Amino acid sequence: MDAKIGVLALQGNVSEHIDAFLRALERMGHGPSSEVFEVRSPADLVHCNALALPGGESTTISRLIDKNGLYEPIRSFNGGIFATCAGMVLMATSVDDPRIHPLGLIDITVDRNAFGRQRESFEMDLAIDGLQGAPFHAIFIRAPVVTSAGTRVNVRARIDQGIVAVEQGKHMALSFHPELCDDTRLQEQFLKNLGITPIIR
Amino acid sequence: MKLEELRFGTELLKRGFASMQKGGVIMDVVNAEQAKIAEEAGAVAVMSLERVPSDIRKMGGVARMADPEKVLEIIDAVSIPVMGKVRIGHFVEAQVLEVLGVDMIDESEVLTPADEQYHIDKKQFKVPFVCGARDLGEALRRINEGAAMIRTKGEAGTGNVVEAVRHMRNIMGEIRMLRGLDKQEMTDYAREIEAPAELVYECAERARLPVVNFSAGGIATPSDAALMMQLGADGVFVGSGIFKSTNPELMAKAIVEAVNHFDDANVIAKVSKGLGDAMPGLDVHKLRDDEVLQTRGR
Repeated sequence: MDAKIGVLALQGNVSEHIDAFLRALERMGHGPSSEVFEVRSPADLVHCNALALPGGESTTISRLIDKNGLYEPIRSFNGGIFATCAGMVLMATSVDDPRIHPLGLIDITVDRNAFGRQRESFEMDLAIDGLQGAPFHAIFIRAPVVTSAGTRVNVRARIDQGIVAVEQGKHMALSFHPELCDDTRLQEQFLKNLGITPIIR
Repeated sequence: MKLEELRFGTELLKRGFASMQKGGVIMDVVNAEQAKIAEEAGAVAVMSLERVPSDIRKMGGVARMADPEKVLEIIDAVSIPVMGKVRIGHFVEAQVLEVLGVDMIDESEVLTPADEQYHIDKKQFKVPFVCGARDLGEALRRINEGAAMIRTKGEAGTGNVVEAVRHMRNIMGEIRMLRGLDKQEMTDYAREIEAPAELVYECAERARLPVVNFSAGGIATPSDAALMMQLGADGVFVGSGIFKSTNPELMAKAIVEAVNHFDDANVIAKVSKGLGDAMPGLDVHKLRDDEVLQTRGR
C-alpha cells in the first residue's frame, strides 16, 4: 500500500516530520507514489492514511485545531496517528492544563513540561520495547510524560518520571522527538503497523 | 536512569527548541497580566522585558536586562516558554537569566550594547540564544558563535515594517543567489561577507539558514505579520505592536491567525476587521543616527 502521510501544519516542527517520513519511506523502498504533505484543513485530511501531529506549543496547536474546524475530523480520522511531544499531549484523554482540548484518541493522562524548563531538556539512549537493535537516541525538549495509561494502551518505554512511549491500535505517541534524528525505526514500525510495508525490489 | 547518561544543553536541544517555535508568534510582555493575555491569544512564547521597544525609545538612557523579579513573575504566570533580553556582549546578564530558568535568551540590539567588539560566546551556555541579523554575513557570524535561532532585526519600536522587509529580503535573496555559485565562488563570497565558509555552503545546500529564522522589528498589524511569513520567515516576534495597540487581546489573536493563514488573504481580511488602532508608527528615515537600533552589533 502507498503511504499518504499528512503532517498537521498549524504550528511547530512540521518540516522536520516531513523530512523524517520521506527518509523512512526511502529506506522502505517506496517511490514517488507514496507521499508526505502538509495538512491545514479538513479537506486535506481526506487524502491521508496516516497523520503526524508534530512538536510545538500544545496550547497554540490545540487552539488552532479548534479554530480551523479540525477537532472532529481528526477525532474521526480512520488512519493511524504518529504524535510527538505536543502531539502526545493532544492525543491524550486527560491533560493537566484546562487550555488544552485533548483529542482523547489514546487512553492516557499527560503532564505537560514534566521535566521543567528548557535547561532541563535532555538527550538519552532509551530502551524501547519491541524495537530491535541499539537503544533509541531520544531527544526530550520541554517534554510531557504519561502519568497513567488505560488497559488498552501498550506502554513501550518508561523512565523515572513516567511513561514516554505508547501505542494504542493504529496510533503511536512519544514524549521525545524521533524526527530530530536520523533514526527512522519508529516511523517505519508505525507505517508497517498500518499495512504500509517495505517494498522489496 | 542515571543522571550521567543524560546530556543537557547540546546544540541539538538548542536548535530543536527553536524549531518547535516555527509558525508561531512570540510576543513582548512587561508583566504577568500581559503574559497571560499573550498565552490566551495563542502565542508560542513570550519575551519578558522591562519596557517594550517603543517605550525604550521614549525613555532614553541605558536599557538593560529586566529586573529578575519581573522575569520570575512572568515565568510563574504562564506555561509557554519565556524568553528574556540581554545586552549585546553582556554575558553576566545572560548567566543571570539562565539561572532564573528563562527558556531562550535574546542577545538584543534593542538594549544598550555592553560590548562594542564581541558578542556573547553562546556555546558556553546550556540555554539557547536568538540573535538579530540584517544580512547573511551577520546571521552566520551569530550562528557560528552558537545562536540557535536568528531573527531579522528590523527597526524595533517603530511600528514600521520597512526595515524588517529589507533585512528578510537581504537574507533570503543572498541565499537564493548562492545557488548560482560554484564552491570557489562561495568561498570568496564567504570571505566578502565575513562569514565561515562551511556555513555558507550549508545555506546553499539547504536553501535556507541552518537555524530557524524569525522576523522582528516593526510588525504592527496582521498583514505585516503575514507579509513577513510570505517573504520566508519561519515565525514572527511582535514587540510594541500588541500592547501599544488600542485593543491588545484582539490584536494578539488576529496576528496569531494571520501567521497561521499567512497565504490566505480571506482570513487576513477577516481578522483585520475592527481591531482599533495599531500602534502609532515612526518614519525610520527621520530617526537620528543615535536612535537607530539595528546598527548595534555587526
